[in-house]
Amino acid sequence: MRFCLRLLLRQLALAVRRPIEIGQPLMFFAMVIALFPLGLGPDPGSLAGFAPGVLWVTALLANLLSADTVFRSDFDDGSLEQLLLSPQPLFLSVLAYIGAHWLTTGLLLALVSPVFALMLNLSPAVIGSLVMGLLLGTAVLSLLGCVGASLTVGLKRGGMLISLLILPLYIPVLIFGTAAVQASLDGISAVPYLAMLAAMLCLAIALAPLAVAAGLRISVDA
Amino acid sequence: MAAPLVAAEGLSLERGGRELFRDLSIAVRQGQLWQIEGENGAGKTSLLRILSGLSRFGYAGKVTRTSAVLYIGHQPAVKSLLSPRENLAWHVSGDASYPRNEIDDALARVGLNGYEGVPTYTLSAGQQRRVNLARLFISQVPLWLLDEPFTAIDRRGVVNLQSRLSSHIEGGGAVVVTSHQPLEVACDICRVDLTGSPRF
Repeated sequence: MRFCLRLLLRQLALAVRRPIEIGQPLMFFAMVIALFPLGLGPDPGSLAGFAPGVLWVTALLANLLSADTVFRSDFDDGSLEQLLLSPQPLFLSVLAYIGAHWLTTGLLLALVSPVFALMLNLSPAVIGSLVMGLLLGTAVLSLLGCVGASLTVGLKRGGMLISLLILPLYIPVLIFGTAAVQASLDGISAVPYLAMLAAMLCLAIALAPLAVAAGLRISVDA
Repeated sequence: MAAPLVAAEGLSLERGGRELFRDLSIAVRQGQLWQIEGENGAGKTSLLRILSGLSRFGYAGKVTRTSAVLYIGHQPAVKSLLSPRENLAWHVSGDASYPRNEIDDALARVGLNGYEGVPTYTLSAGQQRRVNLARLFISQVPLWLLDEPFTAIDRRGVVNLQSRLSSHIEGGGAVVVTSHQPLEVACDICRVDLTGSPRF
């Protein structure tokens, strides 16, 4: 467990020293959302209608784009070999990597999302369910994205393949995430949808690290 | 006699239609230093990766390990954004958490005193390899698998490293090393020669 925390600290220190890696998903999020009013027209009413979907799809893509980098540099410099030889349980080590990824992408996206929600004229009353949904949902996305990253880390250009492998698994998160915001807009409780997202998160925490560990062993072996 | 730290029986490996070695058996015990010899492409690294457990498929034979492994490969496994001190303190091999004075001591013994806190990307290639080799001066793991550890290391560094190998063997450790250089160590050397292996 202490080793797990040490790994988390290491990953966060690495991320902070290369701020561009943290900034990239946020910049992507900001740019794409800023483009939508230009493409769809500035009518506040229609923007608000599209807002839940736009915010969620953009967050999903921002997460997908950054997933590729999680194990890349460790694979290139041989750190991954060392991790696999470590006597520590790989399940927890992998969880530390995924946790660091979520803290530097999903958490930040969820925290800045209210600003962009207001920009798209989303009613302030539903921002709570948007942020809660994003907090839970992006964690699931990070867990799933790392499964793809572990399988494609041995390839020189794995970005496209990751998308093909992982995008189908992202879809349930997208459906329930947007449904939670829509439910709040319609004046009904968003809790059932958020509970579904939380259930997905529990399942992903239990299973995804196993898949990542197996994927990493295959990638390093090949 | 104590059980070997790592033993392989009847190892055969084929790569790209070429047989690198066949029916190779090796038992590495405490207090032994093994040197794997052979020209480029003879299968030295492949053998070491099989012994370490990194390669788990694609070969025939049985490998038994009874000890944790300290493996040093071609890649330095050093993060250039971290300082040498952080690289050791947060090392992903994670066999223990070391107190700071032990880390500084190990870095001093590979000739990196004064560089403990600077970002590793400001160091030369040889110095970056030394950061990785500092693990040999701090780790408690008995079994070392070293793949070309002397690459990019200057002459005094090599002497220093060889004396560390000797003292590790004396202390009851075991080392398997691939190297093109003749080893000058105080103990006997067991040799595996992959040069004369059958070829197709």
